[in-house]
Amino acid sequence: MLIRRVAFYLLALLVAVTVSFFLPRMVPGNPVASELAVVSARGECTPACVEAVEARFGVGADAAILRSPAPTAAAFSVGGGAAGLFRTGKPVTVGQETATVQSVNGERITLTTPLAAVPRPGTTVTQNLAPGLIVQYFQYLGGLFQGNLGVSYFEGSQPVTTLIGTYLPWTLGLLGVATVLAFVLGTGIGVLVAWRRGGRMDWLLPGATFFQAIPPLFLSMVMVAIFATAAHWLPTGGAYDATDQPSWNLGFIGSLLDHALLPAITVVLFSMAGFMLGMRNQMLTTMDEDFVLVARAKGLPTRQVIWYAARNAMLPSIANFSIAISLVVAGQLLVEIVFNYPGIGELLFKAVTGNDYPLVQGIFVVIVLVVLVANLLADAVYVLVDPRAGQEA
Amino acid sequence: MSPEIAPLATVTGGGPDPVAVPPRSRAVVLPRSPRIWVGVGIMVFFIIFAIVGPFIRPYNPNYIDKAWVSVTCSTGPGTCIGQTKDGVAGTTVPLVQPYGPSGAHPLGTTVLGSDVWSQLLSSTGPTLIVAFLAALIATLLSVVVGVSAGYLGGNADEGLSLFSNVFLAIPGLPLLIVLASYVPGADTSAVVVGLIVALTGWAYGARVLRAQTLSLRNRDFVEAARVSGEGRLRIILVEVVPNLLPIIASSFLFTTLYAIGAYIALAFLGLAGAPNASPAGPWNWGIMIQQAYTQSAINSGWWWWWVPPGIAIALVGTALALMNFGIDEFVNPRLRAAGLTRRAARQAGISVRPTLGFTEVVRRGEAPAAAAAAVPAGGGGPS
Repeated sequence: MLIRRVAFYLLALLVAVTVSFFLPRMVPGNPVASELAVVSARGECTPACVEAVEARFGVGADAAILRSPAPTAAAFSVGGGAAGLFRTGKPVTVGQETATVQSVNGERITLTTPLAAVPRPGTTVTQNLAPGLIVQYFQYLGGLFQGNLGVSYFEGSQPVTTLIGTYLPWTLGLLGVATVLAFVLGTGIGVLVAWRRGGRMDWLLPGATFFQAIPPLFLSMVMVAIFATAAHWLPTGGAYDATDQPSWNLGFIGSLLDHALLPAITVVLFSMAGFMLGMRNQMLTTMDEDFVLVARAKGLPTRQVIWYAARNAMLPSIANFSIAISLVVAGQLLVEIVFNYPGIGELLFKAVTGNDYPLVQGIFVVIVLVVLVANLLADAVYVLVDPRAGQEA
Repeated sequence: MSPEIAPLATVTGGGPDPVAVPPRSRAVVLPRSPRIWVGVGIMVFFIIFAIVGPFIRPYNPNYIDKAWVSVTCSTGPGTCIGQTKDGVAGTTVPLVQPYGPSGAHPLGTTVLGSDVWSQLLSSTGPTLIVAFLAALIATLLSVVVGVSAGYLGGNADEGLSLFSNVFLAIPGLPLLIVLASYVPGADTSAVVVGLIVALTGWAYGARVLRAQTLSLRNRDFVEAARVSGEGRLRIILVEVVPNLLPIIASSFLFTTLYAIGAYIALAFLGLAGAPNASPAGPWNWGIMIQQAYTQSAINSGWWWWWVPPGIAIALVGTALALMNFGIDEFVNPRLRAAGLTRRAARQAGISVRPTLGFTEVVRRGEAPAAAAAAVPAGGGGPS
């Protein structure tokens, strides 16, 4: 059963990666030019950034690329000793001192010196055509396999993997603790509410519904406004005090916990409600099963009867964990942004607002990976708690 | 499931005899739970709000008070008169603090002097349109995929289930972000955003609908239709889908809730366009929250700027959840009994003590005696 699940998750990962590969290349026009246009609109795209864009779309270093927005000769960057521009894919001949090439917009543009590295007169400069899409795709997959997610346009042209590596541990820590807490608390309260139906604990139901309806974004803003800005109980954001040096002493760990508390409570609050309502509804159904009645009739202590029922009612919760975890992750990304918590959400916000496409896609792939691994863990737990699942298929 | 087995006598006449159906059976068709009506009430309120909003707004939501536009501090703190933050040399700070709620501005103003109430009025429509549009498309998709998977079975089922499970496993928001950053028009058109949101939100509904279709497929009435030679499409449309209506409705509400959250998140990330950018995108609650957030309204205590859209989202979300609750109780009678308060339960004549093995099915609108006698209320579901 687990092997089938692993195969399925690999397929899901492949689909996600494929979407993220082909989507930018489906945009009408030249992907490099359109990407450069968007990127440059936000800020200066340095030569390193241009190179990153070219590299991403498989255009080699000896290609001259139109730098937007102004389609003038001066806007060409020439690297590696050749000039040429192309949408047509036809070779261009470089004349004495000038070269006429067709720009990505279809205009004909004359390149003149002082281009540092104009090729010798008479040589034919062929466009460094990008390899076919399919070849690129497999190169991309191969790169992914080696942990290569490309280079960030900004952020000092760091490899995306390095950037994600510095932000991911914060997210995983927060996500792990908060999800486990939310699951345990939500499930536990759900059991109690179902058991004492019609009792005083029923007021939790509208409460949970409300928390489920509040978007995590707004909830975290309210938390900041109340507990950090107004009451000054907890810090408004960040992962630790700027004055603290990261080290493993008590003071620093205290600062870490201090800063993690509010975001963690927020994540627990909005994700707990779903677990609770689901568990309560399932528990109500399970309580009517015959085996619960038998357990009760045999005179087992109430606590044990609840445990028998709860164990069985919990199965759908675990089975549906994949849906829950997607929502929790989505919510947590937004929580991190509001709290300036240096996790993947914060990085994603920077990447999205700065149009740092390789970073956006790298983060997408990594989040998908994290979610799928979490799903796999939930599956493994499911097989442990329900032996029937292991025997199927 | 909803369809109660109608008494034989009402069926044999070639259709239900209107006289034979007791009038109180309508009570089951229209749930009377106060929850659902509170939900419907809130929803109707917001829909009216969205329709009249653009006509009753007192100011142009894009209006910027020129005198309020930021100034650049030349020297250190204290040189920008009326500023709200410590002026660091060279940084741009807001010139004045936004107005709090007052008679002229019921919800105060933004830091640029725009009227928050007018922004809220202009934002409701686009937000709801995107949400409902996305939910409509997603629900259609999930019905098509889920019902065909469940009804056709075999390889078609395998393929379609795999397809929806893959979509379910890929986390929605990140996929949404990748889609929205590339699909042209996502920043100006509510329709495009709605489409993208729908694309990421249909899979759960498809899964639920498939499961339910599987259980319906071999019921007697479907078998009967098959034996009597009805076409496959007709069976699906006339026999199966009507019995799925409560679940489809629930899935629609659930998706609407998801779509609002997704749209807000996209707008917050700056992917759904801005009304004061060119080309201009529509106003929505997410963009209001984003503008407040980026102008640090939260840490500055300007709550009137970001709380109203937040409350609006929470209220619409609660309304959807309440309506969903009503449908859940309608579909699963056990939840109906469990959701009662003690007093209401006593009135309905059932015990809510934690009795095991038996949860009474409450039929509102009937005398307790009738409920106890478990008279089948005919016409429980359209079948």
